[in-house]
Amino acid sequence: MTVWQRIITILLCILGTMLTRFLPFILFQKNTPKAVQYLGKVLPPASFALLLVYCFRNVSIFSGNHGLPEFLSLAATIGIHCWKRNMLLSIFSGTVLYMLFRQGILVLPF
Amino acid sequence: MSEKQKKALKAAFPHTIPILTGFLFLGFAYGVYMHSAGLSVLYTFFMASLIFGGSLEILAVSFLISPFAPLETFFLAVMIQLRHLFYGIAMLDKFPKAGWKRFYLIFGMCDETFSINYSAEIPEDTDPEWFMFFVTLLNQSYWVIGSCIGTLLGNVLPFSTEGIDFVMTALFAVIFMDQFLKEKNHFSSFLGLSVSIISLLVFKEKNFILPAMLGITAILLLVRPKLEKQ
Repeated sequence: MTVWQRIITILLCILGTMLTRFLPFILFQKNTPKAVQYLGKVLPPASFALLLVYCFRNVSIFSGNHGLPEFLSLAATIGIHCWKRNMLLSIFSGTVLYMLFRQGILVLPF
Repeated sequence: MSEKQKKALKAAFPHTIPILTGFLFLGFAYGVYMHSAGLSVLYTFFMASLIFGGSLEILAVSFLISPFAPLETFFLAVMIQLRHLFYGIAMLDKFPKAGWKRFYLIFGMCDETFSINYSAEIPEDTDPEWFMFFVTLLNQSYWVIGSCIGTLLGNVLPFSTEGIDFVMTALFAVIFMDQFLKEKNHFSSFLGLSVSIISLLVFKEKNFILPAMLGITAILLLVRPKLEKQ
């Protein structure tokens, strides 16, 4: 690839990204249709769910360790969060647990 | 910096601490990848600050070292970033109506920034526009700094950071839970989980986002009369 082709490739990535970020604001700048206002209120919980599933997209549940390190670390994050309600504590404990699994320091007994 | 801005920065910073960890390390890993692909830090700087979306930037490395394919690049970029449409619809009323801050907040609205700006409880005495501005600016700086350092240094960390990417998953899990514990009606949360999981199983990891988004939107519109009554 030449330098110009690289620059165009990067510009196209920027354009694609910005299209998805700006489009709702361009389309609904003046008067937002009632249906879109409704979606704006009800979509966020579903978007967070989609984002969470997106993080697990590369986990294969039918092979390898069946995603157990991922699911156990997720369970730990959620469990500690429901218990202490401290965002940083929940995030760090879940992440450290996952790193211990991934680096083979903690080994699953089955 | 005015008092108002200082106050907003102080309120915003603690919310960005998980992102600080995540972005410095993930950005670093992305930078090391750029370095190993033989791309200079100038590329990293412009990609990290102007695309500002991790998964696409990592994919873009493979675009840059393959034959030139502009149409495919643009199509893949839009597909990967499609979920931002949902964020925009959710932030229509929250962002300022005009001015450069509106432009910057939309420009910098990555997953993590949206999650915080949507869900954070901004103190009443703090200006929400400056709060969101600083969340966006801090997150963007962490990412750009992490990835540029990674490109400049290559792989030099003396300890293994394998698995640290889970910090983002954990952040989204916590934000999902906070939302879940706060809401009266869990319909949208359960719908989002089930449709996304089904879509992932049916369409596989590369193609599941668009069907999931369409499914979620269609069902939410179908149940609108019922949900709006509540």
